[in-house]
Amino acid sequence: MILGIARRTAIFLVSVLAASIAVFLFMAVLPGDPAQVALGINATPELIARTRAEFGTDRPLTTQYFDWIGGVLTGDFGRSYVTRDLIGPQLADRLGVTLWLVGAAMVIAVVIAVPLGSFAAVRHRKVSGTVISGASQLGVAVPAFLAGILLVQVFAVQWRLLPSGGWTPPNQDFGEFLRGLVLPALALGLVQGAVLTRYVRSAVLDTLREDYLRTARAKGLMPGQALVRHGLRNAAVPVVTVLGLQLTTLLIGAVVVERVFVLPGLGSMLLDAVAARDLLTVQGIVLVLVIAALLVNFLVDLLYTVIDPRLRRS
Amino acid sequence: MTTAAMKRRTPTLTVGAILVGLVVLLAVMSFLWTPHDPTRVDAAVRLLGPTGDYLFGTDKFGRDLVSQIMVGARTTLYVGVVAVGVAAVIGTPLGILAAMGPRWLGEFVMRVNDLVLAFPALLLAIMFGAVFGASTLTAMIAIGIATVPSFARIARSGTLQVMSTEYVLAARAAGRSRFAIAHRHVLPNVAGLLIVQSSVSFAIAVLAEAALSFLGFGTRPPTPSWGRMLQESQELLAVQPRLAIVPGIAIAIAVLGFNLLGDGLRDRLDPRLAGRR
Repeated sequence: MILGIARRTAIFLVSVLAASIAVFLFMAVLPGDPAQVALGINATPELIARTRAEFGTDRPLTTQYFDWIGGVLTGDFGRSYVTRDLIGPQLADRLGVTLWLVGAAMVIAVVIAVPLGSFAAVRHRKVSGTVISGASQLGVAVPAFLAGILLVQVFAVQWRLLPSGGWTPPNQDFGEFLRGLVLPALALGLVQGAVLTRYVRSAVLDTLREDYLRTARAKGLMPGQALVRHGLRNAAVPVVTVLGLQLTTLLIGAVVVERVFVLPGLGSMLLDAVAARDLLTVQGIVLVLVIAALLVNFLVDLLYTVIDPRLRRS
Repeated sequence: MTTAAMKRRTPTLTVGAILVGLVVLLAVMSFLWTPHDPTRVDAAVRLLGPTGDYLFGTDKFGRDLVSQIMVGARTTLYVGVVAVGVAAVIGTPLGILAAMGPRWLGEFVMRVNDLVLAFPALLLAIMFGAVFGASTLTAMIAIGIATVPSFARIARSGTLQVMSTEYVLAARAAGRSRFAIAHRHVLPNVAGLLIVQSSVSFAIAVLAEAALSFLGFGTRPPTPSWGRMLQESQELLAVQPRLAIVPGIAIAIAVLGFNLLGDGLRDRLDPRLAGRR
């Protein structure tokens, strides 16, 4: 088991390294000199040369890469080419907002999916089960930003119950923070909940067909009892995988939902940076998002071995 | 499975095929006829509600919603076909190679695959947009590249299965080359899996294109796109929710259609899996 964990850790670290090189190279090959972009077309060649030296973009690519990645390891993402501000602190701030959103959406998705999916599986031959399956199919087909637009239309515009957008930090006014979080988290969470419901359903259905569950029933347990006592842990393995993969989807989905609700998260920071051609900032944000995705996959892999002892040997 | 059971399962496939057929029909029809010019700006008819002449009404520029939806279906299908095409053409050979080639190569291909998986379609498309400028083409290619791992994975696992069958062992014993085996035995046997994957990936591509156009990283104006119609509807949401609902339903129909089609095809090809998803 220790060998397996060590091997997975090594693969994770190499992947992070490869991803950082890929992100760096992708941004470096791009046409257009950051100094030129920052200064505009009327800048003199001397000024451009000086700015290039200031940005460090006149150095060889390998030096630039090691300088950048070395900084990133200590939390220093460099200074924006456009605003000249430090990128790191802003990134941390924005990431906080996105994580609140993603976390809340995840909770909503699980709270919807586990009971509904299990119910749909147990009742898969009955009308109620089929209705849930159909509804989840429909939910999967709705993009999160459309769900957001519709939620705003109903809860903010017509009923005036919740704000249509904006962000209050939790330490400033917790009630207002929660009110602002509800709609974006629902937009993101409902759709993911629909996706997850389908996986929970199929995982529980698989478990229901297992021999040990039939034994539990034969022992006199009710279907629900048998499922809760013996089935859910086994159904959890595929569901946890999907949950992990969904975390990545949620992080990216947040980019769009943040736009709908004007939230100051990582997504809107990314879009603003792209619009301003603030490439070092784009590079930093992309790296953070990609490492988050790799980290999630790595943790899911590790969790496997904890949930399912049979996988420990491999 | 009995024929009766088979018939009971078909609704998924039928409904999926009907919905996809509807989108295709709209797109094909839009080449021949639309009620109005979808890009014609006319202040005199702006923000009309549904009327006989404008079935779903008009937008803030006086453009007909039905015509925009019809031509937008074209954009949607175009993006889906190219994105899925890119993914299938790159991913399938990679997956087969990973399964049939030397072990280190297979391992390497799958590791790179995992790495690409860390770059979701939207993120990749935004990066491409930052570097090459936003357009339908960059969006399609980015979505396509992000979808390569799904195809590679499916092709690899399918190939591994086929390679362990007796007829492939017999073909190898008879001295057939790897290429011939891949061509004669592997490809026809994994084709079904790949068709199912195409349908599912198509749905994902439609969603990604809509999101990208919504963010301004996809189809550029004036080409009609469902995602951009949604984006343009946002400022008028309070007074004209219709502007968001119409393209929203169009997107949902397309995605639902391709998802159901994929599910239905999967059940057909592998009845053991029927009803599990």
